[in-house]
Amino acid sequence: MIKNILQSNLVYSFVRDISAIAGAMVLVVFIFCALFAPVLAPMDPYDLTTVELSNSLMAPAWMETGSLSFPLGTDDQGRGILSTILFGLRTSLMVGFSVVVISSILGIIFGMLGGYYGGILDAFIMRTADTVFAFSTTLLAILLLGIFQSRNIWTVVFAICIAGWVKYARTIRGSVLEVKENAYITAAKASGAKDFRILFRHVLPNALPPVFVLMAVDLAVVIMLEATLSFLGVGVPITEPSLGMMISIGKNYIYAGMWWMVLFPGLTLILLVVAINLFSDWLRDEMNPKLALRS
Amino acid sequence: MVLLAVSFICFLIFRFTGDPVLMLAGKYATQQEREQVRIAYGLDRPFYVQYANFLGNALKGNFGKSYISQVDALDTILERFPATFELALTAICISLLAGVLLGVVVSIKPKSLVSRLIMAGSLGGISIPTFLMGILWVMLFAVFLEWLPPFGRGETVQIGPWRTGFLTLDGLKHIIMPALTLSGYQLAVILRLTRAGMREVLSEEYIKTAWSKGLSPFTVIVKHALRNVLIPVVTIAGLSFGELIAFSIVTESIFQWPGMGNLLLVSIFETDHPVIVTYIMMAACIILAINILVDLLYAWLNPKIQYN
Repeated sequence: MIKNILQSNLVYSFVRDISAIAGAMVLVVFIFCALFAPVLAPMDPYDLTTVELSNSLMAPAWMETGSLSFPLGTDDQGRGILSTILFGLRTSLMVGFSVVVISSILGIIFGMLGGYYGGILDAFIMRTADTVFAFSTTLLAILLLGIFQSRNIWTVVFAICIAGWVKYARTIRGSVLEVKENAYITAAKASGAKDFRILFRHVLPNALPPVFVLMAVDLAVVIMLEATLSFLGVGVPITEPSLGMMISIGKNYIYAGMWWMVLFPGLTLILLVVAINLFSDWLRDEMNPKLALRS
Repeated sequence: MVLLAVSFICFLIFRFTGDPVLMLAGKYATQQEREQVRIAYGLDRPFYVQYANFLGNALKGNFGKSYISQVDALDTILERFPATFELALTAICISLLAGVLLGVVVSIKPKSLVSRLIMAGSLGGISIPTFLMGILWVMLFAVFLEWLPPFGRGETVQIGPWRTGFLTLDGLKHIIMPALTLSGYQLAVILRLTRAGMREVLSEEYIKTAWSKGLSPFTVIVKHALRNVLIPVVTIAGLSFGELIAFSIVTESIFQWPGMGNLLLVSIFETDHPVIVTYIMMAACIILAINILVDLLYAWLNPKIQYN
């Protein structure tokens, strides 16, 4: 089993693609940091007993006013930037992965129903999708969260999913339309298989590859979106750590020359997104044989 | 049809998130005062009557008064419209012109150093979220170099109902950074689309024919190749207009640009429902109009497609 996996085309091309390896490695490091943030972080930035206002607005350790206990400086509440980044990564990745999983499941269900049954159901689902699509995920998420009275991580996830399932539905519907014309679907029908079985055993596995690519691309988009929402103040509440929120707080201090409150969380966010994009670029080339033939 | 659905959802939001009576009368109002407010705003009548009223008023352009300022919600938003429009227009122009131009450069000389730099930049454009890009511009041009003003719209000139920032040097200086920020993402997307399209088209037979006829490089690239690439590029640019509106909210918040997006954010924090609902309805109308325009433009650019 393991030998088979190691000899597969997927692993072979992965090992030979330096940027994909680099991207995957950075991603793994970030996920590790996020999982073990409570252990790795020098302090818990949201534990009020360890946060002291007298430590606020300190520069990174290598600068004159810095201190070794806060390697990357502190923010206006005396929270260490490094610790807050580690906890913020948790929020980013948690929102990112939950949204990608939930919205892809929603998209798969609606896309499959529409593509397989066609008719009024299909028309209704696709018109809804068109409308949601025209509004764009970002705008819809901002508006939805603007309306919600109480906000926490899960309302953010909910809003992004409501706005984000359509791309999955469109993709899966396209592949279902293609797959259902195949002879093996007719064969399955002829042998008396139920619709449910045909959909999940025969149609779905063959329609999935483009969805994997979309999920990888979408992960980067969702992480950026969460940061944007938190930056605008409609994302996670102030009591939760978030990279976007850190940048929004730090923005007020850049005119005073305190660049570290924006730059470090910003660089973390960029590095995370670039890493995911490098990985998803490789995945896209791999899952799309047409592109490979052309180049 | 879509507008009707949007209006219904807006109404539901308007009515059922939070108690508007509490908002209007204030926390310390007596029961009697609350009843008065309820009747004055028609909130005591049945659900469908309220919706019909809402719809009727909306058709007449009357979305009610802002809870906070007591001014007509539509007027409040329309007053902010020119600022947003000028910002969006500048951003679209930048991203279309620069995106197509750079895309062509990259596709003609894919291996040169300049092209590699441009492509690296476009990866950055896609990987750096708009809000971060805006702040980085501010740090560079306003804080570090001190070339450009960090926020606001600068001096404006009033022409009839339209307040423009295009006519003063100060206004133009103020629009540079917000417009660059807003155009960033779309520029990268258009660049990549143009590049992909050009690479495909340049290997076509009719381009080889054009070269072998001895036409000038300009004619071949612009008249023969680019023309065919532009159709999908323009379509995608038009269809992502919703995204542009969303990012204008972000940009306006960074630069404290006195536009509609900023107004929306303030209204969200003040739970000023009439303004939020009016904004949503306006955004829906604009997006729908643009979509229809793009469809028509598409049919006009590409005679193969016909609508019955």
